[in-house]
Amino acid sequence: MGRYVLRRLLQLIPVFFGTTFIIYALVWAIPVDPFAGKCGQRPCPPEYVAKMRADFNLDDNLLVQYIKYLGKLFTGNFGQTFSGVDVSTLIANAYPITIRLAIIALIIEAVIGIIAGVLTGLRKNGFLDNLVLISTLFLISLPVFVTGFVLKLLFNVSVPNSAPFFDLIVPGFVLGSLSMAYVARLTRTSIAENRRADFVRTAIAKGLPGKRVVGVHLLRNSVIPVVTFLGTDLGALMGGAIVTEGVFNIHGIGGLVFINIQQQQGVVVTGVVTLLVLVYLVMSLVVDLLYAVLDPRIRYE
Amino acid sequence: MAETVYDGSSGEFVPPEEVTAAGGEPLLQVLGLQVEFRTRDGVAKVLNGVSYHVNAGETVAVLGESGSGKSVTAQTIMGILDTPPAFVTGGSVKFKGEELLTATPERRRKVRGEGIAMIFQDALSALNPVFTVGFQIAEQLRGRRGMSKAEAKKAAIELLEQVKIPNAKGRFGEYPHQFSGGMRQRAMIAMSLALDPEVLIADEPTTALDVTVQAQIMDLLSEIQRERNMGMVLITHDLGVVAEVADRIAVMYAGRIVESGDARSIYAKPGHPYTIALLESLPRLDLKGQQLNTIKGLPPSLTNIPPGCPFNPRCRMAQDICRTEVPESVALGDGRSSACHFTGELMQRV
Repeated sequence: MGRYVLRRLLQLIPVFFGTTFIIYALVWAIPVDPFAGKCGQRPCPPEYVAKMRADFNLDDNLLVQYIKYLGKLFTGNFGQTFSGVDVSTLIANAYPITIRLAIIALIIEAVIGIIAGVLTGLRKNGFLDNLVLISTLFLISLPVFVTGFVLKLLFNVSVPNSAPFFDLIVPGFVLGSLSMAYVARLTRTSIAENRRADFVRTAIAKGLPGKRVVGVHLLRNSVIPVVTFLGTDLGALMGGAIVTEGVFNIHGIGGLVFINIQQQQGVVVTGVVTLLVLVYLVMSLVVDLLYAVLDPRIRYE
Repeated sequence: MAETVYDGSSGEFVPPEEVTAAGGEPLLQVLGLQVEFRTRDGVAKVLNGVSYHVNAGETVAVLGESGSGKSVTAQTIMGILDTPPAFVTGGSVKFKGEELLTATPERRRKVRGEGIAMIFQDALSALNPVFTVGFQIAEQLRGRRGMSKAEAKKAAIELLEQVKIPNAKGRFGEYPHQFSGGMRQRAMIAMSLALDPEVLIADEPTTALDVTVQAQIMDLLSEIQRERNMGMVLITHDLGVVAEVADRIAVMYAGRIVESGDARSIYAKPGHPYTIALLESLPRLDLKGQQLNTIKGLPPSLTNIPPGCPFNPRCRMAQDICRTEVPESVALGDGRSSACHFTGELMQRV
């Protein structure tokens, strides 16, 4: 197990360099002058442009620029925006909000999705089953901004700048709605498949109460693929949700990336995306390890 | 289905109760059990009036080809049939005189494990892969006997020792896939014994195992059965196993018991052409080099059982009457019975 984790962590190194280089190259490869429009109606004075080019190493070739950027990154310095704000400050302000939103979305999709999946998996073709199938199909087909605007109008939500926990419930529901539909369907299939399994029959033959047969023996086996899905999904949710944050005007990480792509703030975009890549990689490692914990037949050597 | 009693010597009919109730009320009694599977392709009549009984301290072997309804009978007794597609349409299952088929679900649950326990064929799929073997034994003791975690663990380890699993303490915390096939079946047996059942149903307990391990498991089962004076229903198609451990035999064909009675006496003089054919198809050392006898043809499709005796298309002795009339089960004395029109002739042969 220890060796496996170590090997997976070592694999993170090339992935880290690869992704950050691609992001860095793409951000600065956009054929637009990053200093256009930075000085109001007039073009920026040549002195200002020269100073900025020097500060951001824009005259070096791309590889040298990238290496210089990495050098700063490894000392914990994410760099500054063109207006001199620390990128780390921007991230520190935005990320807690995104994490809160992601956790709310995850809880909503896990709890509602699994409950709906278990109930329908046990009674296929019933009224509830049809209701869940139709409503999840509805959620899957709707674009997130539609769900978002409808619920925003319906519940008259406005999220304050600090985005406290309670105010994020409706946005969290919108963000988690799509995955919630998938979780419900995944759980339903998994339960229906395992319901006739030999070990469930054994559990009944042992004289265990029905609640225990379903709640322990059946659920524990059926939930394995669902937990894996939720883990990967949390990795994605942590990357922020540009659309959901946009609809509810939440100042999280998604919004931060969006604004800075528009403003050609390459340093911000690279910094944030690098962080998101790392979070995603670590989450996928956690999911793999979790899989081994949930299913003892899987052992990583 | 009416059971008529035929006394071989005199040719007179005697009421059937006198045969079955000879030793007082049996521990477990199945009477005229009928089960059908309702599928999209039609209704399969899987059990067509199965009757047998088990007394305390007795091993009854239920013999038959695949699909003859041996396991379905066992599942009906346990109340673990999948409904739908399976429906019980008639008959009765009595445990110590109590009717189980009409009992409340809660009462049936109480009988499972404590009254009647069951061992399944493939222990690898029958044990839950994500829980330790110890957990799966201990959970019954905690739930039904109200034991604490430590007490249940101690009792579970004792059970594992009783089924002769070496290093039971260490193996308590292992998962089913870490056990070998034989050890897994032993663990399964330990699990079935947790609540001291009075009847143990073993559904082909050795089919999935190596030949050498099969013998060990059978020895263990019959030893435990004797020690605890349990009634045991042994479902199998292995005639060799039956000869060694069974006190009585019930031979099943197409959802019916075609012959039943004392094991020795049936082996010595089978009273049904199907039993004769089964015994002839056993490999024998003294006939080494010769081709094995087989029963020609296939068991009937249960959605379309032929009229008359279901065995008639494959029977060497079949006459016209066999193609039109279903033979009734006839008592032959000494607790034996057979469902064949010509059982009288068969029994009188030397």
